[in-house]
Amino acid sequence: MHEYPITEQIVKIAEKHCRESNGEKVRKVNLVIGDYSGYVGDSVHMYFDIISEGTMCQGAEVAITHVKPKLKCPSCGELFEKKLLSFACPNCGTDGEPTEIGKEFYIESIEVE
Amino acid sequence: MHDIRKVNVMEGILDENDHIAEHVNEHLSAHGILAVNEMGAPGVGKTTTLKNIFKHLQGFKPYVIEGDIESDLDTQDLKGMGIDTYQINTYGACHLDAPMIDHMVDHMSFDQRGMLFIENIGNLVCPAEFSIGEHVMMLISTVTEGSDKPYKYPLAFEKADIIVLNKVDLIPYLDFDEEFFMKGVRALNKDVPVFKVSGKTGEGFEAVAAWLMERAGKLEIKEHGHHHHEHDHE
Repeated sequence: MHEYPITEQIVKIAEKHCRESNGEKVRKVNLVIGDYSGYVGDSVHMYFDIISEGTMCQGAEVAITHVKPKLKCPSCGELFEKKLLSFACPNCGTDGEPTEIGKEFYIESIEVE
Repeated sequence: MHDIRKVNVMEGILDENDHIAEHVNEHLSAHGILAVNEMGAPGVGKTTTLKNIFKHLQGFKPYVIEGDIESDLDTQDLKGMGIDTYQINTYGACHLDAPMIDHMVDHMSFDQRGMLFIENIGNLVCPAEFSIGEHVMMLISTVTEGSDKPYKYPLAFEKADIIVLNKVDLIPYLDFDEEFFMKGVRALNKDVPVFKVSGKTGEGFEAVAAWLMERAGKLEIKEHGHHHHEHDHE
């Protein structure tokens, strides 16, 4: 449910960068969302259309790249996706450690005209 | 004429929140206040934990910001005990964020060095995602929630600087698998201290208070080194 204020922030950042690059209108927002960031892409889509009304972002497409979280094995270095109720490395069985992969939440780029 | 151009942005959606959180952290550090972000699911005993900690604080004045969706029951309760308590109602929002705390802290006076306990909204998900300027993220978990919580809500356990495991007096009546719980905690957070307590009997809170007092005692030295703990997690 906290996607609403977050989407306001997305529109604000996109507008700022559009203005800074002397654009008039944002056509597309390329967003990167890690699955562990806690943000739901569908909700962002839903709110974006409402919030962007009357802004430079009105009518813009939101393209979301999702990133699956990965753990890193401290023994063999393997990066792997966690299985349900287990942190074990599929390679050697050691419990993996959290990494930053999967916590992304940023605007990679925008397309302006 | 209307060419479409690609503009690199690479800006985090939460950058502004994090920037304000840093400002709050510096402001509190400068007043000798250790900020503790207390999070946990509804009903884990967040307010009860605070009351028990306060019994053992020596040389540090407790201040509290209560975050609730609605009501000020906990605030009235704490004020009745003579604790400087301030209420934030989010009316629906599932977490506190840095601008809310920044605004509140501006209205508070810190007349003595101490600790500011910020009781977040009862929720094991969203509060973990927003830095609010804390020095310490204190997670309250309970044996009644079940031993699989670190596996199901990993971010909260990963971000915790201290974990308080409450309601341990109920262990004889439950199937809480402590080994499984601790295995999950350790996979996510190798060195985090875990304190077993009971809000009902009061056992275990002296050690929690001692840990916090030690951490608060290090505040000045740490902050002069421009080291903010939340950066460790980024």
